[in-house]
Amino acid sequence: MKDYFVFAFKNLKRRGLRSWLTLLGIFIGIASVVSLISLGAALKDTVNSQFGISSTDLITIQAGGLNSYGPPGSGAVNPLTKKDMEEIKKLSLVEISFGRNIEILKTKFNKKTNFIYYATIPDDEIKKKIYEFEELKIKEGRFISTGDNNVVLLGNDLTNKDKNGFDKIIKPEDRLEIQNKNFTVIGILEKKGSFTIDQAILIQEKSLNALRDTGDTFDIIIAKVKSKEDMDLAKKNIEKLLRERRNVKEGEEDFQVSTPEASLATVNQILIGIQIFIVMIASISILVGSIGVANTMYASVLERKKEIGTMKAIGARNSEIFKIFLFESAILGLIAGIVGVLLGFLFTFIGEIILIQLGWSFLKPAYPWYLFLGCILFALLTGSFAGLIPAINASRKNPVDSLRYE
Amino acid sequence: MFSNTDNRIFKLINPIIFMKEVIRLENVSKIYKQDTPNPVYALKDVNLVINEGDFVAIMGPSGSGKSTGMNLIGSLDVPTKGRIILDKHNISHLTESDLAQVRGKKIGFIFQQFNLIPNLTAKENIILPMNFQYLSEEEKEKRAVALLKLVELEERMNHYPSELSGGQQQRVAIARSLANNPEVILADEPTGNLDTRTGEIVMRFLKKLNEKGKTIIIVTHDKNLALNSAKTIYWLKDGQIEKITKKINDQWKEVKL
Repeated sequence: MKDYFVFAFKNLKRRGLRSWLTLLGIFIGIASVVSLISLGAALKDTVNSQFGISSTDLITIQAGGLNSYGPPGSGAVNPLTKKDMEEIKKLSLVEISFGRNIEILKTKFNKKTNFIYYATIPDDEIKKKIYEFEELKIKEGRFISTGDNNVVLLGNDLTNKDKNGFDKIIKPEDRLEIQNKNFTVIGILEKKGSFTIDQAILIQEKSLNALRDTGDTFDIIIAKVKSKEDMDLAKKNIEKLLRERRNVKEGEEDFQVSTPEASLATVNQILIGIQIFIVMIASISILVGSIGVANTMYASVLERKKEIGTMKAIGARNSEIFKIFLFESAILGLIAGIVGVLLGFLFTFIGEIILIQLGWSFLKPAYPWYLFLGCILFALLTGSFAGLIPAINASRKNPVDSLRYE
Repeated sequence: MFSNTDNRIFKLINPIIFMKEVIRLENVSKIYKQDTPNPVYALKDVNLVINEGDFVAIMGPSGSGKSTGMNLIGSLDVPTKGRIILDKHNISHLTESDLAQVRGKKIGFIFQQFNLIPNLTAKENIILPMNFQYLSEEEKEKRAVALLKLVELEERMNHYPSELSGGQQQRVAIARSLANNPEVILADEPTGNLDTRTGEIVMRFLKKLNEKGKTIIIVTHDKNLALNSAKTIYWLKDGQIEKITKKINDQWKEVKL
């Protein structure tokens, strides 16, 4: 066995550039599959966390359709109200419910003015649930407590003078002028990797009401279900309740109730679509590559017809000729696989560096060993398969005719 | 019956009686296009016996059937009719893989164009036939080195065929033919691609092997080569044996089989 491998290897070593060029298709195919899957894993995690899909038992309700631009629920003709929130809270499947408002407010610091997203947190103790659901952690300072007045909690990116647009680091106890009113920074959050948290400011409901007169309306209402299994039923109940309260028919809803699963499914569907597309292109590339391997093996069988005759004359059985040629194409496939995986690894690595340069260092590509091993094995099998018929062809050559071949 | 020792003594006393038979062809015909109205008889009813230790030349012009004869003797091909006995075994109806095993073990081939494998070094070329017989690594190594010594090419063992002269390549081929210690060395025009002087060196190696007891068969159209090296010559013409001559006391005499 070892002898045939060594022999096959020697034959390959002395082969021309032509044989290696035919492997290009396999290189590219494997490389794209590897980088796609490695980066794809990062992409999926990121897209999910970017949309704030972390807790899986929260239902988000917002007025208006998907078509409304701007922050969720903003610009809706018929906004959600405090009463809606309280009715939802009364539903048997719902554990707790609270409303939030999201506004863009004029913010002044270090003599510079910027417009920043603000999200409200309830004035009562329920705010602790928000900290919990969104897995918020304090980096500096502290969380907002019920007795506080005119305080804000900053997302991590906003302290960074390169990112916050104020050209100055913001620290706890610094003062921000929001819509011409003074507020104290009470704390800074740890980085979450989601722009909805990192680039937003948390403000008390009463403070925003004073600034913007939001009255009894909410941009979004969040409901936590008692049990995850009841998610779909809870969603239906909320929809029914809101239809009645807002007096709309089924199918004509002017509000949206979304579960994290549904959001996840949408995101994943898009990602799977992209993946299928790239896998298809990669498959075509690998197919072309394997046809190339088959072709180069055929040419090799023809060129070495006399060699085959000689080996048969000195005692090689058909099975041994078969093995020699099959091992050659298998090794070609193996090499293509290894090169492909290395290239894919390189692409992913470059991709990661670019992401870090762009400041998206939270994007972490995965480098799973089973992916690399799987791809190498696949290429090995592709090579063997492509070489199968040429190898059979070689093994069946008649020794007399082959020896006479010039 | 004789014991082994007796046998050896008798062999020494009377080689004619105790000569061991290596290859026998009995009424062998090779017919091409057999099922057509015009079948071609490459060989017709050929009878031939080659004894151990003989140096045989199969002589004939092109088209005389000597290539077909070589293929049959070398068990590269099977006859259409008749029997071929190689070392007491009938090989006329063996399958291709069995034939490969038989020739790998019992026959060493030398070709006009050397036919060394270009991607293997001299030593690896000599080891190749041993690979097909599954010898151990140490045994292969030991034999290869000994054979390289025999053909006086030890210092070239790691050279590739393209780095060797024609004569050197043919000497590697001779070493390769001896790899599995075969019953017979079968050489097809061994000097056909060499100049006269190099050809002589190659023939000297073959003669030396014959003196050591190896049976050698050369197939050639070169009358001088046959007359100068062989002990027995089969003269082939139109697929049949025209005559058989033997060198007895340096005189060529026609003999019957």
